[in-house]
Amino acid sequence: MSAATAPLTAGTGTPAPRPADPYRLGRNPGGENPATGHGSGGPSPTAIVVSYGFWIFILADVITFATLFAAFAVLKDATAGGPAAADIVDRGTLALETACLLLSSFTCGLATVAMRVRSRLWFQVAMLATVALGAGFLVLEAREFAVLVAQGAGPTRSAFLSAFFTLVGCHGAHVTAGLLWALTMMAQVAAKGFRDDVVRRTSCWSLFWHALDIIWVGVFTVAYLMGVTA
Amino acid sequence: MTRLPQATLGQGGEGHRTGDAAPGDHGQDGAGVTAAIRSYLVGLALAALLTAGSFWLSYTHVIYGPAVNVALIVLAIAQIGIHLVFFLHLTTAPDHINNALALAFGILVVVLLIGGTLWIMGHMNANMMPAGGMMHTGPMPPGSGMKP
Repeated sequence: MSAATAPLTAGTGTPAPRPADPYRLGRNPGGENPATGHGSGGPSPTAIVVSYGFWIFILADVITFATLFAAFAVLKDATAGGPAAADIVDRGTLALETACLLLSSFTCGLATVAMRVRSRLWFQVAMLATVALGAGFLVLEAREFAVLVAQGAGPTRSAFLSAFFTLVGCHGAHVTAGLLWALTMMAQVAAKGFRDDVVRRTSCWSLFWHALDIIWVGVFTVAYLMGVTA
Repeated sequence: MTRLPQATLGQGGEGHRTGDAAPGDHGQDGAGVTAAIRSYLVGLALAALLTAGSFWLSYTHVIYGPAVNVALIVLAIAQIGIHLVFFLHLTTAPDHINNALALAFGILVVVLLIGGTLWIMGHMNANMMPAGGMMHTGPMPPGSGMKP
């Protein structure tokens, strides 16, 4: 029986050299003790720990958005005789908004590359492009909301529109916060340079910004396009 | 023998990241600037392609009507995957495993939350609504704004 002989063969001789085990918590794979939790080099550097913690915050934020998506999906037919999703979607505006956010995610990536090579000029250029594209997105969304409210399709019109404005507006509020944060990081890099703590904050911001684009993929699919086809 | 940790170089530096990686990190420090930018460009192109596909599908009748929503969801999930790989640089490499596990748990919660809500509310809708709808038989609810 292979199940009976396996422990015997494993028990003889010296343990085989192990590959770097992800659960050995030390940040270096070396060290003489192969047990879990005994990797060498002590705990991870602050940059790793901070980004990991912020990653967990982002996942929690995604779960918040999941509740809003669930509410929208439940209420999308509760139009109370008012406009339905197909009536309120302006595809041109939606395409522009999506393009703005996707390109800003790209320039945000370029900003992190510039930060990695410590180029202040290119960092500020890429951040400026990101902020401009994000602001463009917000302007488009604000105009879209204003038009809807002027048509009598405001959030008080029906449960569907309440859910729509809550979902899209919550994403817009996140983008606004991300914009303010981006401006703060531009100012901090300008004033303090690429200090370790400034670099950590900027990487957290880039995580936040990329995550907002991921949320937007869900928003334009569920709240806009699926409403058009239904 | 104990190998001295290279942390004496100072924290947050770029040269000593051998055991793990932060989410959003490029991972290998040896990767050049051009490689990093190329990765972002590939991500941008793929994401733009999938977005264009979603928009196109939503207003043509190329595929069977009731299947359009499914196709849109598939395209969205694919694009989220593209973002995770090319923008957030999330992999299942050993040094990324904690980030990937946290993401897996997040996805589990999201699926339970959305799937569970739709399931329960769908059943409640089916059980609550008599045939013909309540809005037409009952008294007019105040402020319902119904048009004849």
